[in-house]
Amino acid sequence: MSSDLIQLWDKGVLLQGIWETIYLTFISSFIAYVFGLPIGVLLTVTDKDGIHPIPWLNKIIGVIVNIFRSIPFIILMVACLPAAKVIVGTSLGNKAMIVMLVIAAIPYVARMTESSFKEVDKGVIEAAQAMGSSTFKIIYKVLIPEAKPALMVGAVISLVTILGYSAMAGTIGGGGLGMIAISFGYQRFNNDIVWICVLLTVIIVQLIQELGMLIARKADKRINK
Amino acid sequence: MIELKNLEKTYRTSKGSVTAIRDINITINDGEIFGIIGLSGAGKSTLVRCINYLERPTSGQVIIDGKELGKLSNKELLKTRQNIGMVFQGFNLLTQRNVIKNICYPLEIAGMKKADAVKRAESLLELVGLSDKAKAYPSQLSGGQKQRVAIARALAAKTHYLLCDEATSALDPDTTRSVLELLKKINRTLGVTIIVITHEMKVIDSICDRVAVLDNSTVAEIGDVRTVFANPQSDIARKLIMPQGELPVTSENGKKIRIIYNGENSSKSLLSDMILKCNTPVNILHADTKDIDGKAYGQILVQLPDDETSAEKITAYLKANSVTYSQV
Repeated sequence: MSSDLIQLWDKGVLLQGIWETIYLTFISSFIAYVFGLPIGVLLTVTDKDGIHPIPWLNKIIGVIVNIFRSIPFIILMVACLPAAKVIVGTSLGNKAMIVMLVIAAIPYVARMTESSFKEVDKGVIEAAQAMGSSTFKIIYKVLIPEAKPALMVGAVISLVTILGYSAMAGTIGGGGLGMIAISFGYQRFNNDIVWICVLLTVIIVQLIQELGMLIARKADKRINK
Repeated sequence: MIELKNLEKTYRTSKGSVTAIRDINITINDGEIFGIIGLSGAGKSTLVRCINYLERPTSGQVIIDGKELGKLSNKELLKTRQNIGMVFQGFNLLTQRNVIKNICYPLEIAGMKKADAVKRAESLLELVGLSDKAKAYPSQLSGGQKQRVAIARALAAKTHYLLCDEATSALDPDTTRSVLELLKKINRTLGVTIIVITHEMKVIDSICDRVAVLDNSTVAEIGDVRTVFANPQSDIARKLIMPQGELPVTSENGKKIRIIYNGENSSKSLLSDMILKCNTPVNILHADTKDIDGKAYGQILVQLPDDETSAEKITAYLKANSVTYSQV
């Protein structure tokens, strides 16, 4: 191991990097879900085959979501710097990074949750309608609970994607393993550090993936246990 | 009472419009079990969904207990639906809720207190004979058990009407029979009016009081089940009751009768019994019966003896044993 690496560890930079990566990923994902999930519900419900079709609204939201999704994150990030300044008062550091991650993740989460909602059996929704449920009650008593296992699997995938974004955000002043890999590794020609960061990222992704899927499986009542 | 007046439903598709049902005029009385039978594509599913306005008819009226559904506000419509239970071929239980919570669902919608809802759900679970499955999830139940839970759920909000959309079509013959018996029990003990949609004659035969035969999007024939069975007027009814087609009447002279085997009278040795009791031989001209799930369905064409009194003896015997027959 190179002395630089040992120094990084001794100074606590590496540990802080791990912590920042996890914390940025989870905070950003959480906020992205707060906004993205309702958009996913809206996309599902207002679809022409949905429980409350509003085709024009569905079209508008769909187009906006697609526009944001088609911009590569690195470009979106740079373009959103002014927005970060307006929302959190700075275009640097972790706070700004959360804003950018959230902006990038909302459309992703919206599509992800939409596809989970569309997996819900149409028959179950029809049964709820036949029992006299209002649209609102179908959403929170049928659609969301029935989609829960698929939503959880989607959340795991989203977390991993957002973690990937967070590493990229290291290039423009965010913290975390991405930043360490770039400023201590790549820019100082220290490949050991780059590889260590890659390894640590892989471990974090694996942990999120395995734990998340375990929880999702446990929560699914369709599986006969 | 449910009145359907001049009901019509047309779907617009990219290839033009498709009429699913038209000219439907049916009155369903309180307390009866009313069957609607037809081949697939006849419009049965659309018709049943028009009754609770899951599908809004293109024209015509649905009047339930004097209220015209088309004139209700959305809120009133939802309230009315709470009074009309519905069970489906695919059961449609909430997969992430256990049995007792599934049955509580319509009560939650109606705003009942949780403790009261659970109590009511437990009593319904007892009615359908599944008290020991309260905490089970739908994935742990068999098809028949799922349908029993679905029936309990459909009745939970003290519904007066129960719509069954091919409720037994996904079940095996034994389970079908027990679910049909349950429906009959519910009808007799709770007085729930039941509307049964099916493509299977045996479902109509075993529980329905009256039947409407649907063909080509409209009602081809309507009447008491016994009458329609004995003497089907429409081509489609004949086809459904006698899938092999009506037997040809041979040129033999004399009176002939067609005895219908509807699965109920077949276990008794009907013909030999008749011959012995009436002490007169008959000539079997043609027979076509099919064994469906241990019971015989079909028809036998019999030539009656020439002498009047013997012939009358035979028809009297058939009447006394409530066997369905018709003169040909």
